Amino acid sequence: MAIFLTSDSKVIVQGMTGSEGRRHTQRMLNSGTAIVGGVTPGKGGQSVEFEGATVPVFGSVKEAVEATGADVSVVFVPPKFAKAAVIEAIDAGLPLVVVITEGIPVDDTAEFFQHAVNSGRTRIIGPNCPGLISPGQSNAGIIPADITKPGRIGLVSKSGTLTYQMMYELRDIGFSTCVGIGGDPVIGTTHIDCLEAFEADPDTDAVVMIGEIGGDAEERAADYIEANVTKPVVGYVAGFTAPEGKTMGHAGAIVSGSSGTAVAKQEALEAAGVRVGKTPSETARIMHEVMQSR
Amino acid sequence: MEYQAKELFGKHGVPVLAGIVAETVDDARAAAEQIGGPVVVKAQVKTGGRGKAGGVKLASSPDGAAEKAQAILGLDIKGHVVRRVLVTEASDIEQEYYVSYLLDRANRTYLAMASVEGGIDIEQLAVERPEALAKVPVDAIVGVDDAKVAEIVDAARFPADVRDQVLDVLHAMWRVYSEEDATLVEINPLVMTPDGRVVALDGKVSLDDNARFRHPDHAQFEDTAAADPLEARAKEKDLNYVKLDGEVGIIGNGAGLVMSTLDVVAYAGEELGGVKPANFLDIGGGASAEVMADGLEIVLSDPDVRSVLVNVFGGITACDEVANGIVQAFALLDSRGDEITHPLVVRLDGNNAEVGRQILRDAQLPRLEQVDTMDGAARRVAELAAAK
Repeated sequence: MAIFLTSDSKVIVQGMTGSEGRRHTQRMLNSGTAIVGGVTPGKGGQSVEFEGATVPVFGSVKEAVEATGADVSVVFVPPKFAKAAVIEAIDAGLPLVVVITEGIPVDDTAEFFQHAVNSGRTRIIGPNCPGLISPGQSNAGIIPADITKPGRIGLVSKSGTLTYQMMYELRDIGFSTCVGIGGDPVIGTTHIDCLEAFEADPDTDAVVMIGEIGGDAEERAADYIEANVTKPVVGYVAGFTAPEGKTMGHAGAIVSGSSGTAVAKQEALEAAGVRVGKTPSETARIMHEVMQSR
Repeated sequence: MEYQAKELFGKHGVPVLAGIVAETVDDARAAAEQIGGPVVVKAQVKTGGRGKAGGVKLASSPDGAAEKAQAILGLDIKGHVVRRVLVTEASDIEQEYYVSYLLDRANRTYLAMASVEGGIDIEQLAVERPEALAKVPVDAIVGVDDAKVAEIVDAARFPADVRDQVLDVLHAMWRVYSEEDATLVEINPLVMTPDGRVVALDGKVSLDDNARFRHPDHAQFEDTAAADPLEARAKEKDLNYVKLDGEVGIIGNGAGLVMSTLDVVAYAGEELGGVKPANFLDIGGGASAEVMADGLEIVLSDPDVRSVLVNVFGGITACDEVANGIVQAFALLDSRGDEITHPLVVRLDGNNAEVGRQILRDAQLPRLEQVDTMDGAARRVAELAAAK
């Protein structure tokens, strides 16, 4: 079944006619995703030729949804216009909006996130994220599809390349869904949201959770796991050597004073009964053990 | 820095005391003359604890101000060298308060905080006496309106005689927060003077880098002089680079993977006499030849670096493309007259890893060796650094 995204998902791409949007739409199509349309204001009525598919372009999300029955949007719109694009998708009633765009002002994200909450309907994933993939079913975003296979592990991560690394190391077991939630200070879907969904998903047996310095999302996830998650969770945290007060690549990855450190996150997770790997490969080893002992 | 925060305060109507920035002793004297009366000379650095470090001093005359400026300019406060002082009107303090707006990451909205016990370390107050610190959530769409400022003032139990002034301050602070795209606006302390005026004595503003496109004027707030020279050069080339204090240069793709690489190298280094990573450098998912060349150039020009690890996971950009990028980067460096002066360990994994590794083997690049796993590569590069 997977979480959030399945073979039934009908996906539109906002910003499909831009170079990034076009490139990744082709990749999503290649991995079997049902891409039913693109949205670019002012380009409604056109269509884009892809290898193996012709995809219609709509002038608004609303038109695209009416014409195609789409229920997922992947957003590649540049930072300046991202807020308006996401709000448009929320207003069109889409249940899932995946925001790939990096560099959106946090004010804008806070605003469209609140808008999504108020809608009572839309889940936002991202921004500044690689999206999510349910291998063999659908791929909404930029995660390479060919490094792993379908299976029964769930994965949730702040980091793109660490997600790929872990998908690859555990490719012999495979994944139900991998969610890259993004590295910005404000994100629409958290570790906890994903843990909750994986716990409820009959096709997921265990979860890998990848965190990094900054904020206290991992600590809160640890509390949640202790109280609510019965499936085994294996953790990894990046950034033990990060100095205080320096942003490490992701806008949200910063140790402020004594808060947001990797050590605090590791300790919180271990206290909640999560086995935490010291390196990505050790984390994968632990997950192999967990899956073998089942 | 304080004077920059106060510039933004002034622009949006937050009351501040008269103040003038001085970079020399003579300017500090002139500033004190212009302000008249007793003044406070304050070090301008991007860190707290200035008072304790001797960076804030009272002077009763222009000559006194010059003398204090002499003592403060050039002072090292927690690694920040003082290049400017702010000379402000000295003011007697009747009461000290605390007010701030900040981004609340956990609740994914904004938060107002206020206390009638200001002038102290607010993190400490939050831990020791949480009941003395009012926290009021602010809706990201609604923002701060008349009802919200009243709610904040009531929650913190500000006395009636300053209520109206604090309401105005909270409105003005919100203009700084929302109009300047800040992620933190803090006044600590907000003071009441003996004559009943409420003014911001010290403050801090953090601005959102992602919102820079809306605020071209924010470029002036960057402290380019205090930045590490390598970080400044990297920034010119749009590279995501942070200088650290170790010996192993690190280049990787993706922020999470690079952070992880630093950790794995540090673990390997612990057993080899404490070898540590020299930098964080994320060349992004694409890892083109030019970016790779720029990255290598920056990392190799760090005098502390003794060996370099290139750790790439081939995802969207497969390993054969990355390997070709590395080969071209070597050629590009060669054409720029740069030499590969240190041993280089490359780990390629992911899509088309074997093809990529073969490309590097065939190219026979000088001083480059390959290790196929991240842990193994980290160990090898630490060994090479330790051996020097």
